[in-house]
Amino acid sequence: MTSPSPNTSVPTHLEADVLVIGAGGAGMYAALEAAKGGASVVLADRSLIGRGGATVMAQMTVAAALGEQTPDHWEHHFADTLAAGRGLCDERLAALLCEDGPQRLREMDAWKVGWAREDGHIKQAQAPGHDRPRCAYVDFLSTGPAVSKTLRTQLNNASGIRRIGDLTIVDIALRDGEACGATGLHLPTGQAVTLAAKAVVIATGGLTGLYRRNSASSNMGGDGYALALRAGAELIDMEFVQFFPIGHLAPRLVGMDPIMWDPFRYKLGGKLLNSEMREFETDYATKDARSDGTYRLTRDLATYAITKEVEAGRGSPAGGAYLSFQHVPEAEIRKAFGPVVDRLAENGIDLAQRPVEVAPIAHYHMGGIRVDEMMATGVPGLFACGEAVGGANGANRLSGNAITEAFVFGARAGRSAAERAKQNASMWSADAAKPVIDLLRSASKRDAPNPAAVIVKLQAVMADDVGPFRADTKLRSAISAIAQLKADIGDTPFASAESFDPVLADWLDLRNMLAVAQSIAVPALARTESRGAHQRDDHLGLNDAWSVNQIVSMSDGDMTLRKVMPTTGKAAA
Amino acid sequence: MKATLSIQRGALGEAPHQDMFDIPFEHGQSILDGLRAIRRSMDPSLAFRFSCINANACKECMMLIDGKVDYACTVRLKEGMTTLAPLPKKALIRDLVTEIAPPDERLMLRS
Repeated sequence: MTSPSPNTSVPTHLEADVLVIGAGGAGMYAALEAAKGGASVVLADRSLIGRGGATVMAQMTVAAALGEQTPDHWEHHFADTLAAGRGLCDERLAALLCEDGPQRLREMDAWKVGWAREDGHIKQAQAPGHDRPRCAYVDFLSTGPAVSKTLRTQLNNASGIRRIGDLTIVDIALRDGEACGATGLHLPTGQAVTLAAKAVVIATGGLTGLYRRNSASSNMGGDGYALALRAGAELIDMEFVQFFPIGHLAPRLVGMDPIMWDPFRYKLGGKLLNSEMREFETDYATKDARSDGTYRLTRDLATYAITKEVEAGRGSPAGGAYLSFQHVPEAEIRKAFGPVVDRLAENGIDLAQRPVEVAPIAHYHMGGIRVDEMMATGVPGLFACGEAVGGANGANRLSGNAITEAFVFGARAGRSAAERAKQNASMWSADAAKPVIDLLRSASKRDAPNPAAVIVKLQAVMADDVGPFRADTKLRSAISAIAQLKADIGDTPFASAESFDPVLADWLDLRNMLAVAQSIAVPALARTESRGAHQRDDHLGLNDAWSVNQIVSMSDGDMTLRKVMPTTGKAAA
Repeated sequence: MKATLSIQRGALGEAPHQDMFDIPFEHGQSILDGLRAIRRSMDPSLAFRFSCINANACKECMMLIDGKVDYACTVRLKEGMTTLAPLPKKALIRDLVTEIAPPDERLMLRS
């Protein structure tokens, strides 16, 4: 055994009213609102502030009933969100998302995010599943970077928010069952850090990093779900992982987000073709897919269509479908996408000449931490927001709802956390940090297994056996593979160096990823029907008996599963 | 095709040394693809920053590539030798990792 660092014996201690974990769109919004509510805030991120996570990667659209393009009301957006969620949405959360969305988009507009405009109004695009044009965006695939930059600027100008990057939170600190802060690892020094807070907000985003092909940052391995589970909070709808149907597959494309093709389709109507160069989407269109004539299928149906074409031997050479813009004049492509066309050319892609290949890619998680309409979990003092929250989108999310949810839930969680901090004294006790301090101290140098390779193994298990199409045997095999990987990495961390140790970081990630992988596979096995993003090859079609949410919780390291009826009734505004 | 990456290793205060890794690659793959492959199959302790992998959105993987400051996620692997080093004007942490966060976004334990 080698002690990784003598420094861990003296943890650095910080105090704040509110601790926000994760500095993507939701976390930054939560920090801003908590500070506005009078709280002192620490905003911690394992990566750089406002650079990691999913928000910065979003090149697409943000849905809200602004009524700028065409008359609209939040209740229409609400109806579309519930329809996409296929009976499982938490109506309080869905209503909050839709009702507060316009206000947040206008706030971002006032903060000069730069929503694309036309004839003096914010331009709103039509997206699948929406009954009218509702999706705002920043032009030339810049929505996510523009949103991140705008929120970073607000953070710079705000007072009372301390931003700390390179700080990985290892566990929520608990005292008498209440959250009293957290314990983390400062990557550059290898030091343990303890943080006392009267309220803690988990804003760590989703779990797409569990899958081989995914569209989010590498650090989206579901940390927040594991933090919440171990703290005693519940998770909901964990079996619903959204696959984005037309993720870029070939040729190799660098310097661009793999989900970049969607806005091209909005604007230019790209065609999905199989190996016979035949359009196949209409073969799969069903009654409940709302059609706009050019871009028909919601994400779950499009993922289904492409996968089935590949299975039938009609896939593209790399194992997906062709996406073709060859019917669009070159000048129109240039007009719609300006500088992006040059970036594509650097990758050897000329859309006027030949199609690209696309395939489904893990994109978003509908499930997540169970909260009420104040974003409070069942653990007093612990809140969650953004993609880390489950319930608002039920079994399938509409395009455009993710960034809206980051803004709306982030703001609400920040306000709730500041409120809690006002009414409660600090519950901090050094004992609350002890389990993590001991865990980090137990880290040792080991030659095998290589934790970076174990992560790749887990991603393969999840992609092959807990992907968009599931079956009893595959899910059982995944659950035992996950248990084996858990045994392989053991209970004590691996370490290789004192400062910026990727081996220790990977081991801590695996501790979270394996718990979260299990929390997806177990309810996926139990749900013997097909609904939204959860499709069972051995249980086709929706079963009314399964119009229920599954709740995952953990006690003494064991996971338990139970069913509840979906929450109805609108949120109190 | 085969690329050779010659990488400057070591933490702040240690004498830096070069490690060489031979990696097979396919046309179009990035330096970052190569670095991740090294961690998976040869040396999991190799330290470098990255977050978005592919999109050139997070701007974390900046390093010195053949003597020029660039992003590991957008520069392609090539046949023969490529030399990688940490950013020269930023404080070294370890291997290819430097302190790139703005000063008011750091914990500042070092000073």
